[in-house]
Amino acid sequence: MKKISLANLNELYSAISANYPLYLPVERAGEVNYGYYEEGAKVRLDVLKTVKSPKDCFFPQTEDLMKFKVEGQKIEIIDVREHAKPFVVMGVRACDFKAFDVLDRVFLVDPLDTYYQTKREAGIVITHACGKVEESCFCKTFGIDPVNPLGDVTVWTDSENLYWRANTEKGEALTKELGDLLVEYQGNAVEEQQAKVNEIYAKLPLASLTTESFKNGDMMELFNSDKWQKLSEACLGCGTCTFVCPTCQCFDIREFVTNSGVTRFRCWDSCMFNDFTKTAGGQPRTTQMQRYRQRFMHKLVYFPQNNEGAYSCVGCGRCVKKCPQGLNIVKVIKEFGGKQDA
Amino acid sequence: MHNVEALIPIIAVVTDIKRETPDVKTFRVVGLDGKKPFEHMPGQCAMISIPGIGEALFSITSSPTNKEYVEFSIKKCGCVTDVLHAIEPGQQITVRGPYGRPFPVETVFKGKDLLFIAGGIGLAPLRSVINYVRDNRDNYGKVAIVYGARSADDLVQLKEIEEEWKKEKDFSVYLTIDREQEKWDGHVGFVPTYAKELAIPNTYTAVLCGPPIMIKFTLAGLLEQGFEKKNIYTTLELRMKCGFGKCGRCNVGDKYVCKDGPVFCMTELDELPDEY
Ligand SMILES: Cc1cc2nc3c(=O)[nH]c(=O)nc-3n(C[C@H](O)[C@H](O)[C@H](O)COP(=O)(O)OP(=O)(O)OC[C@H]3O[C@@H](n4cnc5c(N)ncnc54)[C@H](O)[C@@H]3O)c2cc1C
Ligand code: SF4
Ligand code: SF4
Ligand code: FES
Repeated sequence: MKKISLANLNELYSAISANYPLYLPVERAGEVNYGYYEEGAKVRLDVLKTVKSPKDCFFPQTEDLMKFKVEGQKIEIIDVREHAKPFVVMGVRACDFKAFDVLDRVFLVDPLDTYYQTKREAGIVITHACGKVEESCFCKTFGIDPVNPLGDVTVWTDSENLYWRANTEKGEALTKELGDLLVEYQGNAVEEQQAKVNEIYAKLPLASLTTESFKNGDMMELFNSDKWQKLSEACLGCGTCTFVCPTCQCFDIREFVTNSGVTRFRCWDSCMFNDFTKTAGGQPRTTQMQRYRQRFMHKLVYFPQNNEGAYSCVGCGRCVKKCPQGLNIVKVIKEFGGKQDA
Repeated sequence: MHNVEALIPIIAVVTDIKRETPDVKTFRVVGLDGKKPFEHMPGQCAMISIPGIGEALFSITSSPTNKEYVEFSIKKCGCVTDVLHAIEPGQQITVRGPYGRPFPVETVFKGKDLLFIAGGIGLAPLRSVINYVRDNRDNYGKVAIVYGARSADDLVQLKEIEEEWKKEKDFSVYLTIDREQEKWDGHVGFVPTYAKELAIPNTYTAVLCGPPIMIKFTLAGLLEQGFEKKNIYTTLELRMKCGFGKCGRCNVGDKYVCKDGPVFCMTELDELPDEY
């Protein structure tokens, strides 16, 4: 393991960003989100939950797919995909890192999504173990270890140092490039912190939340439950929960026309929106209850059914914090029998 | 899948456009090399677009046994289809696909007597199966086709039905329209009622496609006549964007209609939430 003093972090950021675009939590206008490092950037490695998750770096909120030139009856397709250059995403928490795995299960299965794939392969991921926890956290419900995430490199921070461990070849290479900036470390600050965080986690309100009732539940029975009506009554259909969620993957494909041609792009979409499934022939989900049910059935039942039991929620707690109506997946899990108290 | 770059289409050319009804046209499509743009199986679909308007998914209505081109029957009902209805032969379009799970023509359907029941544009996917059966006639038993539309002018592929299907050995074709109309001496009445009156033996394997309301009543009729659910197939139509299980738009329960369907057996639909 290596370390660098917190006082020298800007040197570390500069050194990494000299070779790669460096994407990490920065504060802008009072909000902390992943953004590119530049000198003077207010890096907030300490923040647990960025407003939006880092999924943007592999699955951007909007992304050009291709361009077309149209002349009379003729069409030409222009491939806009660039050869993705290596980049570094730093500060990824264990939950958000696990969310990449959920997205992989969507975009990296046949037929491969090459837009996602090229970025995923170009990305060097530095995860950041949690040195504290928040009330809205429940990653352990999904078997995630907040104090020991993987990725190409794992870092831990305490009040003095950032501790650095390379996990992969990519990570080793990056470590080498940083040379003397990182110095050898052999103490047990990391182990001590891990034990402390685990202790605090155990006292969190959501520490004993379980999804057992979904694992053993019957899809039709859960779908037809009358609990959804009450659970969803206050939902505004604003889509906030889906936009902040690190695992939500729904997208729309749209086009815009300019003087030089047509650009086809994709952008995040939300199953919470009322026109998501609307067709001329009808609307399979006419009520917000149905849309609300879709979101959570997908995360807790449909997705696991198709992915060897893996849930499409990582317990990041963003929807818990951000829903304007105080609705969230925790309420759903509890209502269907997930224990609250150990 | 014909290309790995799943979202990137190929360019194809519309070589012929035939007006079927006041709002349906059939488009013949080939690749830039003049050959079939891709191989498919009956029931599969392809995503078509004219850049600037957007994409829409259409059933491939021609049979895979047609080695020269693919065809789509398209109903004018919105942005993409309005533009498609305004184009002339020679127009290039973008195509990607084929997508979806086809009808089990090489397995379950083999050796069976087949009953096709379609309403309006719902004939499009069934025509692919019907012509596949005609071109592999020895592999299948008797065929009954019940097809209806609002009026005689709304029946698609009427020429092919009259001149080819009706002459096929062991084919019985029953046409119907919703209301009386001059110069129509065929049957008048809704598809579900007519299908029931015809009392086709319940040993046939039934394939339904049409508006949801038609499916609902036809299905009820078939079950009453003792058809088993495992012998009834239909196709679902939901809003789609990607066509291969990634955009998250077209699921019914844990199934994506674009990749796990659009063809479903009734026993499969029974195990899915009623949300389509
Ligand atoms: C599996 C499948 C097979 C299909 N096969 C055929 C076919 O063989 N022939 C054919 O004409 N059409 C077919 N469709 C419907 C087709 O994909 C288009 O949705 C429809 O033609 C409307 O397209 P548009 O872009 O012109 O309309 P838009 O301008 O997009 O929409 C007009 C209205 O249609 C709605 N709409 C959007 N998507 C759909 C949809 N999937 N179904 C119905 N309404 C929709 C819009 O919400 C709007 O209200 C099929 C759809 C699916 C999913
Ligand atoms: S559903 Fe909520 S808690 Fe779960 S991953 Fe998405 S935003 Fe986080
Ligand atoms: S659950 Fe909350 S955040 Fe999500 S759409 Fe409803 S009101 Fe908005
Ligand atoms: S159309 Fe995208 S998931 Fe089915």
